[in-house]
Amino acid sequence: MLEVKQLHLWRGDRHLLKGVGFALHSGQALQLLWPNGTGKTSLLRCIAGFLYAEEGQVLWDGSPVARTRDAFNCQLAYLGHEPALKGDLTAIENLRYSLGLRHKVNEAQMQAALQTAGLAHLDPQQPVRSFSAGQRKRVALARLSLWRARLWLLDEPAANLDAAGQAVLGATLVQHFANGGSALIATHQPLELPGIDARRWLSPEAAS
Amino acid sequence: MSSPALEIGALAAARNVVARDLLLAFRRPGDWLQPLAFFVIVTMLFPLALNSEPSVLRTIAPGALWVALLLASVLALDFLYREDGHDGTLEQFALSGQPFAVLLLAKTATHWLLTGLPLAIVGPLAAVSLGAPGGSMPGVLGSVLLGSVSLSLLGSIGAGLTLGLRRGGALLSLLLLPLLIPTLIFGARATQLAILGDSAAQPLYLLGALAILSLTLAPLAAATAVRISLE
Repeated sequence: MLEVKQLHLWRGDRHLLKGVGFALHSGQALQLLWPNGTGKTSLLRCIAGFLYAEEGQVLWDGSPVARTRDAFNCQLAYLGHEPALKGDLTAIENLRYSLGLRHKVNEAQMQAALQTAGLAHLDPQQPVRSFSAGQRKRVALARLSLWRARLWLLDEPAANLDAAGQAVLGATLVQHFANGGSALIATHQPLELPGIDARRWLSPEAAS
Repeated sequence: MSSPALEIGALAAARNVVARDLLLAFRRPGDWLQPLAFFVIVTMLFPLALNSEPSVLRTIAPGALWVALLLASVLALDFLYREDGHDGTLEQFALSGQPFAVLLLAKTATHWLLTGLPLAIVGPLAAVSLGAPGGSMPGVLGSVLLGSVSLSLLGSIGAGLTLGLRRGGALLSLLLLPLLIPTLIFGARATQLAILGDSAAQPLYLLGALAILSLTLAPLAAATAVRISLE
């Protein structure tokens, strides 16, 4: 369970997050639908440990993540603006080397994940450089599903995806929640997640 | 839900990073061939710009060699972290749960294999083409080999600090070159002694000491620098 308490974050001389707080239980999603420039990405990056909050606490299963950063990171998957894919590698090579930082990789699982993401029809030798932005996002979704992380931090996961791609995203998320995972999603268009407790949080001033 | 703990140790993760970077270098050889070509061309400019009197060339050979080596190393360092920083790979490294400094050291080690090692192999040949006797080659090789380790490791700190900047190349040189002066002094001295046919052991020991010192301190400093740049 993720708990954020009274988080205050400054970027330069702007007081961006003013006492943000929420709790996210397993099997739950929280969709941040805040307007542009109100700190969605900063909140995600703060939880991921790239930004330091001036005040407040992030707790994971009741203990502050600042003290157990490496253990917390193992439970975390972050999908940012940049999909972290190498243009010179093929989709499967990208998965192999990203997942290889944490797990023993399983070729059959990776193939299956790429198929689920709707990339099975592509030439397996094709470098990711020649993929469209939406196809790259699908590779990132395949990687997400293989990471076995309990908490997903997703920044605009639906950007660049066509209708079929959004269905892949939805199915990936539903599977994640069925496994007891949770997700914090920064997005502009609310995701349709039938049967999932996916609260919508419209602005940082409103209660979560 | 399946256990999300790490299945592999830091060393296996580091091996994974090395394998990936070697494959990328193989797919795109321009990145690491450029500094090598730069080094060869710069050392070849000296006989053209000065006169081709062997005694003159032999006198300037250590200095010419080491200044060219320093500039080629700094040129090569510009691409150590840049691409991984921009495409989000370093963020994923930081979140992997593996020790960040170990993963970055694996990148620096691969970078040394691709740039430092070829420079060390070409270095003695460049020295001979500047009029050094063939017998000096082992000494020159030793000095460049040890020196390039320090250059890569110290350079990784500068590359980390300038990662967030759009045009970091010029600043990287300004930041790094003063830091690399001790390596330059002892490296050029070892090369000079080798060319004169004297024992270069003393400066080589110092170069070795510098390499060990950078190996112990630079990875932690580089990891901190990259973390700051990711902010």
